[in-house]
Amino acid sequence: MAEKHLYEIKNIETSFRTDGKMFKAVEDVSVYLNPGEIIGIVGESGSGKSVTMMSALQLIQEPGKVTGGEVYLDGSDKNMLSYGPNSAEVRKMRGGRVSMIFQEPMTSLNPVLTVGFQIQENIIEHLHLSKEEAKKRAIEMMKMVNIPDAEERFTYYPQQFSGGMRQRIMIAMAMSSEPSVLVADEATTALDVTTQAQILEMIRDIAKKTNTAVVIVTHNLGIVARFAERIYVMYAGGIVETTDAERLFENPEHPYTRALLRAIPRLDDDRDRILIPIDGLPPNPALRPEYCPFYDRCEYHMDKCKSQKKPVLKELEKDHFCACHLTEAEKALKKAEIEAKPVKKAERAVIGDEICLDVKDVKKYFPIYKGMMRKHIGDVKAIEDISFRVRKGETLGIVGESGCGKTTLARCIMRVYQPDSGEINFNGVDIAKFNDKQMYPYRKQMAMIFQDPFSSLDPRQTAESIVGESLLIHKLVKTREEYEKKVDELLRMVDLDPSMKNRVPHEFSGGQRQRIGIARALSSNPDLIICDEPISALDVSIQAQIINLLEELQAKLGLTYLFIAHDLAVVKHISDRILVMYLGRIVEIAECEELYSNTLHPYTRVLLGAVPVADPKVEKTRERVEIRGEVPSLTNRPAGCPFSDRCNCVTDRCRKEVPKLKDVGNGHEVACFLYE
Amino acid sequence: MKGYIAKRTGQMLLVVFLLSIFIFLLVSMIPGDPVYAMLGEEVSQEEYDRVFHELKLDQPVIVRYFSWLADALRGDLGESTQFHMKTSEVLASRIPITLFFSIAAFIISVPFGILFGVISAVNRGKPLDTVVTLIANVTACLPQFWFALLIMFVFAMKLGWLPSYGFDWPWVNSMGWKQMIMPLFCLSLGGIASTTRQTRSSMLEVIRQDYIRTARSKGIANNKVIYLHALKNALIPVITILGMRLGNLIAGSMFVESVFNIPGMGSLMVKAIQSRDIPVVQACVLAIALVSCLVNLATDILYAVVDPRVRFE
Amino acid sequence: MKDTKNIKKFFKTVFARKVTIINAIIVLLFIFLALFAPFVAPYDPDKPDFAAFLQMPSTAHFLGTDNFGRDVLSRIIYGTRVSLIIGVLAVVVACAIGTVLGMIAGYFGGWIDDLITRLMEAVRAVPQIILAMALTAVFGSGIKNLAIILGISSMAGYVRMMRGQVLTIKQADYIMAGKLQGNKDFRLMFRHILPNSISPIIVMMTQQVGSTILAEAGLSFLGLGISAPTASWGSMVSEGRNYLMDNPVFALIPGVCVAILVISLNMLGDGVRDALDPRLRGEA
Repeated sequence: MAEKHLYEIKNIETSFRTDGKMFKAVEDVSVYLNPGEIIGIVGESGSGKSVTMMSALQLIQEPGKVTGGEVYLDGSDKNMLSYGPNSAEVRKMRGGRVSMIFQEPMTSLNPVLTVGFQIQENIIEHLHLSKEEAKKRAIEMMKMVNIPDAEERFTYYPQQFSGGMRQRIMIAMAMSSEPSVLVADEATTALDVTTQAQILEMIRDIAKKTNTAVVIVTHNLGIVARFAERIYVMYAGGIVETTDAERLFENPEHPYTRALLRAIPRLDDDRDRILIPIDGLPPNPALRPEYCPFYDRCEYHMDKCKSQKKPVLKELEKDHFCACHLTEAEKALKKAEIEAKPVKKAERAVIGDEICLDVKDVKKYFPIYKGMMRKHIGDVKAIEDISFRVRKGETLGIVGESGCGKTTLARCIMRVYQPDSGEINFNGVDIAKFNDKQMYPYRKQMAMIFQDPFSSLDPRQTAESIVGESLLIHKLVKTREEYEKKVDELLRMVDLDPSMKNRVPHEFSGGQRQRIGIARALSSNPDLIICDEPISALDVSIQAQIINLLEELQAKLGLTYLFIAHDLAVVKHISDRILVMYLGRIVEIAECEELYSNTLHPYTRVLLGAVPVADPKVEKTRERVEIRGEVPSLTNRPAGCPFSDRCNCVTDRCRKEVPKLKDVGNGHEVACFLYE
Repeated sequence: MKGYIAKRTGQMLLVVFLLSIFIFLLVSMIPGDPVYAMLGEEVSQEEYDRVFHELKLDQPVIVRYFSWLADALRGDLGESTQFHMKTSEVLASRIPITLFFSIAAFIISVPFGILFGVISAVNRGKPLDTVVTLIANVTACLPQFWFALLIMFVFAMKLGWLPSYGFDWPWVNSMGWKQMIMPLFCLSLGGIASTTRQTRSSMLEVIRQDYIRTARSKGIANNKVIYLHALKNALIPVITILGMRLGNLIAGSMFVESVFNIPGMGSLMVKAIQSRDIPVVQACVLAIALVSCLVNLATDILYAVVDPRVRFE
Repeated sequence: MKDTKNIKKFFKTVFARKVTIINAIIVLLFIFLALFAPFVAPYDPDKPDFAAFLQMPSTAHFLGTDNFGRDVLSRIIYGTRVSLIIGVLAVVVACAIGTVLGMIAGYFGGWIDDLITRLMEAVRAVPQIILAMALTAVFGSGIKNLAIILGISSMAGYVRMMRGQVLTIKQADYIMAGKLQGNKDFRLMFRHILPNSISPIIVMMTQQVGSTILAEAGLSFLGLGISAPTASWGSMVSEGRNYLMDNPVFALIPGVCVAILVISLNMLGDGVRDALDPRLRGEA
């Protein structure tokens, strides 16, 4: 060990026991950190990125166990793993020198203790201050993470804060002990994009100010591109590539890194960019092969990859390591070969002139009742003044953060809810006021694809009965043979082998389940499909497969999509037009390219600016849009324009009057007084 | 918080109201003629008329219910058919005894149960946990009447250490202390077993939560994580069923009273059922239900104090 | 064919642990005794023999005789029938009523839910055994009545659990998907919700058989359940308590039988629970 680092994890190995067998979740993983440095660890779920960081702090619980490796802190020669998980030495490091924040802000704080107590406790433990001093420092920390009225909120309980605020409290707590390393384990994954950007920027600012080193653990390549200086790419329990951020994105060496960058959509993509999915699935940790774990999915693979043991990291150029058996020459050759392969380009659907869906002035309020007598004391104004049109064969993307009403809107259109007023013209018929019986014939003409492939399929039904249910309900088939034939055809349409139709959902992978969900949506031969975040629960390498499938089906069947998502890059990739919502209102509608190149509404600008692009070079040149505050709750939204309290261009008029949606040319509509 | 208490009180009153209907209907539910059922076939016409009139069987059921309710609110639940006394007088000496045993057993069993449950959960999978869990599981399955009989046989009849039956308040008879030992032991044991089981599973559930991981990640000592962060959360479900726990102890005292010949509500109720003395049965059920409703309300309030989530709902 | 595979897998998981196998064997043994009582029992359980009352265990009477000279062993064997029949029947009654009520409350919500929830809260306010006692006062006892009474007095638990299950499952996207496909309420309830809530119900049923047997024995002990001359474990303990000095076996062994059967049933229930819901393994 020549160099001394601030924090060094060497050859760590952690195993988990399932069904009596031990399998390695991470193996031979080494990560180091220098003071004040921000590094990123990226990988898909199950790649072992979180396990690595938790193992180093000995936070792994039964049935897991750290089975090997070393951890050094502050250049000391003492291996921290040689102390027990509850020893004073390790406890001093954990939380004191190395702090960690976790993914789920909603469950990561103790619900029965005040946030002040929880921060204070950390300070007393590590800085040995008196109670009063600790309280003072805790309030300072809360102020540092921009929590308003910190003195008063010191005595609040976690459930009195929003998710974003709770994550700020987690950061305040983690930073309160003056650590030299902060590990952020998917710390912003559960948050909205703008909150995510705020939190990460705040972490970076604090880290730079206090010279704290930061480890950002994430699956999001955009985040590491924007924030990390050095990046580790993990796959199947090992590091496959590591170098500084610029080189990783400019000159990725490992076939996995290269494939990932080809598979993910980017906000700055051209309209015609084709995503190239990575075939197959990451190997099950219990069944990982002896040879390179990426072999089965690798486009570059050669026979020698399979005959040799798993590759180890090799330094290709200074500080650029890659775990691959292929030589540079072999890779270059393969690369040319891959690029020469014809890429199947999905046909673009033809957009007709006919209007499939025409929504006019739709409003939906949810009443709030209080007390024993159920007195009506107010309304949650979920959506208001919603008007837009979708043509046949078109994809309309709907974006917005939590609370913007996109789900309510989808449910109104699907008539799960009855809108309070307005029209929903579907194929020329106003279905807004239909009852269940009247809706029945229209049910088969519209379908929905859900976000969570685990909860959207009945776990007790086989794939066949899930896909075939609509056929039976709407009597779309006459005979048993016809039914079987139709089910097989639907499964084939979504690239599933019909021989698997007797399996139940848990026997399929997440991507396959989502395919079943798509087949179910197609089964009644609908005109309109509402896709509610259909890919956000999937791993990045699987997302491209589903996006391509949806595009292909649209072209083939002439479907109309309403594509709801919070991931703007994906929405931009798949949509023809995009509708932006904020706090229950539409703020902007425009063609994709137009929206991106000629962003009008201040909120849209903020939203686009918050989405990181997986390219450090592009990131450096992008304009930063400052975001103020948090998305307020629906019950106390501003009187005038919903965005008026966070907008940089706000005028008095905005605070009093609600701007109406206006066409400013090119079919670009915006609801803002700036453009009147 | 105020709203919450008001809401729970309202719900409790509703429950008591529903219970009163049920208890009242016990008479009407008797198949055949309730007077014959209660007094036997050989009752004199005079007696029959008196009871028939007292039960107001000549009036519609709604009228009967409300007059019964009005009486009940005044503490009058009719006359016992076997003792020919007001039921309230019959119960007066009995209720304190049963309540004494149940509450004493409650006070003994809850802290011990919580202690054993925590010890067991913290040592999960180790021999200590296995032993505690096994004992708790077996004890919870033992028929209480049989266990009472067994210890009576061993300690009173074979060894002669303790009196085998009877009950006197200790200030009336100094033997009272000794008489109390076996019944209390027997009652508490079941309570300890179930509280242990519940605390253990609740603890194990909490230990898995994200916020426990957060506490550990702060480098806080293990004991503090367990007794401060985990226990406070784990006690919430234990508290919510304290009302049921007391109810179960009252139910258990039925058997214990029967075995040790203690003149409490249990032995009264058994006698009343055997002689179909429905007013006394009604009074007993009502008394027990009221106690358990009140305890439920108290635990609901306690719950809100312990769990801030309820307060900010 | 799918189902047989699952059932096989289920049994394999249930019997993966030795303890569960032992408990299953004990339970089966009791079931065997109950089914074949006339062939197994050495004597007629109800035939008094005044020449041989209150005998201590001997080769002629393994567990001695009772106060009427009846063979205690034979009476215990016949008592198994009463316990198991009531245990199983009561659980079926409780489950049938409770599941339907819970499903209705959870699925429809609103005032129906409020009503059912309050009603069940009222039922739960009275401890099970006391509720059962009150009902026997009104309806009288006997095997059939006891099964119904014990069933009714324990149904609140099923209502509560089923209601909770339905409320959780209702949130799942597949129920929304089902609705959007045009499924009717009835079909959603019975084809999608019920099959998904069946495992906790089965677990609850296996665990409730034991506690019902315990309750029945208790009622019979108090003289409110199965009464003479029918042999039941609870009433045997009650009869025997007066003759503890003469033949303690007479009073104590039936109680041991209750304990063993209930313990075995509960541990078997734990095994079933672990197999159906691996998340809960090793708890309670």
